[in-house]
This record gives sequence, structure tokens and C-alpha cells, in this order.
Amino acid sequence: MNEVASSFEGLSLDCRGMKCPRPIIEVARRIGEVSVGSQLELLADDPAAGPDLAAWCRMRGQTLVASNAPRFIVRRES
Amino acid sequence: MAHPVSEVFLDSSSGEPMVQEARQAWLQAEQAGWGDPMRLHRPGRLAAQALDQAREVVAAAVGARPDEVIFTASGVHANHAAVAGLALGRRRVGYRIVTTAIDHSSVLTAAAAAGTHEAVQVDHEGHVDLDRWARTVETAGTALACIQVANHEVGTLQPYAEVAEICQHAEVPLVLDATAALGRIDLSEPTGWSALTGWAGAFGGPATVGILVIKKNARWRAPYLTDDYQGGRWPGVPDVPAIYAGAVALDCWLRSGRKVGERQHDLVDQLRTEIVQRVPDVDVAGDPVRRVPHLLTFSALYVDGETLTLELDKAGFAVASGSACSASSEHPSHVLAAMGALTHGNVRIGLTWATTAAEIDQFLAILPPIVAEIRATVGTS
Repeated sequence: MNEVASSFEGLSLDCRGMKCPRPIIEVARRIGEVSVGSQLELLADDPAAGPDLAAWCRMRGQTLVASNAPRFIVRRES
Repeated sequence: MAHPVSEVFLDSSSGEPMVQEARQAWLQAEQAGWGDPMRLHRPGRLAAQALDQAREVVAAAVGARPDEVIFTASGVHANHAAVAGLALGRRRVGYRIVTTAIDHSSVLTAAAAAGTHEAVQVDHEGHVDLDRWARTVETAGTALACIQVANHEVGTLQPYAEVAEICQHAEVPLVLDATAALGRIDLSEPTGWSALTGWAGAFGGPATVGILVIKKNARWRAPYLTDDYQGGRWPGVPDVPAIYAGAVALDCWLRSGRKVGERQHDLVDQLRTEIVQRVPDVDVAGDPVRRVPHLLTFSALYVDGETLTLELDKAGFAVASGSACSASSEHPSHVLAAMGALTHGNVRIGLTWATTAAEIDQFLAILPPIVAEIRATVGTS
């Protein structure tokens, strides 16, 4: 598995090796743990993670701050 | 192991069940038109007549001449031959092959194999950006371009007349992939394409019949070995009974498909409206208005596409899916990904000629509990 050096300060979810929709489900479950305006990091290597996280953010009114597989950053907006 | 049998077939995007008239025509032609159409004996002459009739039906449907019509072995072969043949004929001009990001995989692979592929992005509903298209096509060294009339997964119609105009102005030959649209959208008015492709399986003809129409003035060269059949453009004795059946299926749609299309358009409207009302967190893809009548794609958040497809099959509904795994691929549908649509939990519906309002009501009734149950098992309901 790819080792990604993560210097992320906040909540980071390592979903590498998981198939979609699992990584998206994890983000949905845990997003409530960060405060509004703060960011969450997702590590995911499923090919569907990028497009699906973007679609999830659009559907849920959150912001995809960075999308650079296998590393994604979401900002909680609501 | 007992296999559940789907009673309602909603996967015409993978192939329309054979039209009754086409099946009869196929049997009839097998008895009378089975000969080699290049022979002078009676079975040969009957086969040649049937082949001519089939060419006339296709030519009239797409605003071309009968001698411009070729029958290949599948829609995929037609796309490969159209793209690779124009690329070969235009080698002196350049190698760039322009498509959209959501063209059929057969076009994308042909473009990558025959030249330098450049895919123009589409918007959230799947429409190509005409300014970007023009800039890309007008760049020196463009051998050819290819666009769909309608997308095969989400149904969105491309602005293909405008695209053809841009290509003509740039003097770049255009392949018009009409696979999802032929028989459903009127294409009889000539637009400025150089080659047009289709597939009989998409409108209830045999799956073994592909359609390739090449304009006389197009600089197309066969990218494979040929012989005397079909004017040296597709080799081997044509399967005339299958081709004839395909033409009869197309003729059925052209003569009486409008009413069917209107009914399908209304039923898909109903699905688009009610699915989002009945199921929370659903992403419906594609242009709601400018689309082919029979296709609909939607995705349910937090749901695995393979599980959803199998549960719907158990409940008696056969549907397709563009989610990874259910598409026999590690990768999700490139169409959904390029449009920014949700790729997991995807369901692709293709209404058939025979789909009824009662079947759609039934589908709308069973879908919400199935999605809710799957979500409950992963703890996201």
C-alpha cells in the first residue's frame, strides 16, 4: 500500500484499500466530528473516490478543498 | 442454485429486445435471402435485393445515399472503422483526434490507438462546451473529430448540428455516433458529418449488425484488409438475413416509434420527478429535457451499485449500472466521472418498446424500501 506522509492536523480518515461507497460512508459518518469551517482529510485509493467525494460534497453542501488522489480534503460548511 | 428471473426488462441501453416484425423478417430472409449477394443465381439475387432494401432504409433514416451504407459486425466495429479509417485517410493533415470525454469506450479506444486523442470536457449534464470544442478542432493537425448524437448512459443530446457546423468550417471530418439515437431522434435532415455509426441491437434488431455510413466525399481508407464485398469497405460475405431484420426493426421505429418515444419520454419524466421525492440523497444525471426518450441514470448515495442491481433483479427488474464492479471493471463509468455525477449506487434504466406505465409505478414502489434496506445494513439510513 502507498504510504502517504500526512502532516494533516485535524481528523484524518485512512480508507485506503476500501471500495466505494465505503470511504464516502466514512466521511459522512465522521464529518460531524469536525466543527463547521474546519477540514477533514480522507485517504482513499479506490478509483471512484475522487468523483464520488466531489459528488458527495455537491449533494451535501460541503466543499472539496483538495482532490489529489489518494489524498482529499473536505471543509465542513454546515 | 436458483436464479431469480427478472420479469421487467429495463436495460435497453445494453440492447433492445428484438422487435417482433424483425424476428419474422429474419426467419423469412433466412429462407429466401440466404445466398451470397455477389452470385448471379436466384438465391444470390434475392439476397442482393434484401441487402439493397436494407441500405435504402438506413440511407433514408440518416439522409444519405444507399451506396454510402455499410453493415459491420457490431456498433463497436463501426466506431473503430469510422475513426481509424478517417485517421488513415487524413494522415497527411495530422494525428489529433478530438472527442468528448463521455463518448463510448469504443470511440475513446479507437481515438487513442489511431492518433493523439484529445477529449473535450462536458458540463454537469453532459453537454460539450462548444467554445472549447471549436478551439480544439480548429487547432492545426486535427485529423478528425467524433461526437455522439446522444449519450448512451445518461441520454443527453449533444448540440451535434452546431458541432458539425464547426467541423465543416474547420474542414475537419466528423464521425457522428448515432448508436443511442438512431430510430429515436430524427436524423433524416443531413448535417455535415463524414461518417455516421449505429447498431441494430440498440433498436431491436440483431446484435450482430453494425451500421457504418461513409459519405462519398469523405477521405476514408479501410484500416484493415478488404475484399470485393460492400464496395471494399467491410470484408466478408454479409449476413443478409440479420441485416435485413435490422433494417425492418429500424423501419418499425421510423414508422411507429414516435408514439412509443413520447410515452417513454413521459415515463422517464415521471421517474426523474418521483425518484428524488421517494428516495433521499439521489443524484439524477443528464439533461432532463434535451435527451433521448428512453434512458435514465441515477445514483443513490452510500449504496453499492452491485448490491442494488442484484436486489432489483431479485425484485423482478433488470437494470444496468455504471458503478465499478457491477460494470465488470475496477473503474466506475467514465461518463459519470467526467460529468461529476455520483458513480456508486448507480442504476441505468433503458425503457423498451413495451414498457408500460404500470411497470414504472411498480418500480417506483419497490425502489425506496430496497435502497433503505441497503443503507440500513451499512448504518447510514
